[in-house]
Amino acid sequence: MKVLIVGSGKTLYFLSRNFSARGYQVVIINRNPEECIQLSRQLTATVVCGDGSDADILKDAGAMGADAVLAITPNDQDNLVICQLASRKFSVPRTMALANDPDNAEVFEKLGVSGFSTTHIVGSLIEQRASLEQITNLLPVGEGRVNVTEIVLTEDSPVVGKLLKDIDLPENALVAVVIRDKKPIIPRGATVMLAGDRVVLITLPENHGPVLKAFTGERL
Amino acid sequence: MKNNRYIVIVGCGRLGSHLANHLSRSGNSVVVIDKNEPTFKDLSPDFSGFRVHGDATQMAVLKEAKVNQADILIATTHEDNVNLMVAQVARGIFRVPHVLARVFDPRRMEVYAQLGIDTICPTSVAAEMFLHAVANGAAGRKGANP
Repeated sequence: MKVLIVGSGKTLYFLSRNFSARGYQVVIINRNPEECIQLSRQLTATVVCGDGSDADILKDAGAMGADAVLAITPNDQDNLVICQLASRKFSVPRTMALANDPDNAEVFEKLGVSGFSTTHIVGSLIEQRASLEQITNLLPVGEGRVNVTEIVLTEDSPVVGKLLKDIDLPENALVAVVIRDKKPIIPRGATVMLAGDRVVLITLPENHGPVLKAFTGERL
Repeated sequence: MKNNRYIVIVGCGRLGSHLANHLSRSGNSVVVIDKNEPTFKDLSPDFSGFRVHGDATQMAVLKEAKVNQADILIATTHEDNVNLMVAQVARGIFRVPHVLARVFDPRRMEVYAQLGIDTICPTSVAAEMFLHAVANGAAGRKGANP
């Protein structure tokens, strides 16, 4: 997989290092010549020095054959234009733009570019860690048509002590993984639910509430 | 041409302030947005519109300038990407009927023409005028010295 990353700073450095370690072919575009020299010394990635929102620079960096373009500069307008050029001019199948202003994540989506906000992500992480709710994670996938939720079973959960096959689960819901003592278990019908289990549920938005109720006993 | 339109101008540099002064004088309601407050000094004393100090790539700033009510938005900052983003947001999200953006890089213009954004490229306009002048000049000389 060939990934093109436009940006600077530590996020760029660590992302590139991670992707290279996974065996991806990484190309970096950065507009600061000194940082480019540093990056090319520290990383195995190819470094192109220039403005990532310039079509010629994207072409030099091999945008034509890239599988993904990631725009993480500190300027939202640059991130938007980089992704639009990459997908419209170079037919890059996947582009992602960092929205520095969290409001712009939605703006990008409306303009046809997939956007994400680190403020949102970090904010929700803090909320999850800080809250004492049993539900620790909610991740919408498939453009929001599927939810992945992680819940911790407490002593008073109605499913504790039951076999998975005996749980009255609504249609179209799946218990994907049970994490017990830090070990993940792929549950079968004969798996018993225990207090303290972290259960990963896959639900559809229409039955999300009833499924959670079946596991927590609470009305949500 | 109606002269009581609501016009938002993004960028209050030489071009932005010129347009703002002119359009305000001819009776339009004009709002100027710029992230550097000192640039507002280029507005003429009879400028009767509003000044919004802020970064137009932030939704909150565009909302403050009531872009949703605008008849026309003109993006004139010196950064192509800012103009292109603001123009797309104005058109796609605030549904501004007429949006214009200044874009210096002619290559970027093609892509945005496909997206339905009206762009004016000073580089191409100037190049065309120079070429025209050169061609006429050459023709003139030819005429003078047969």
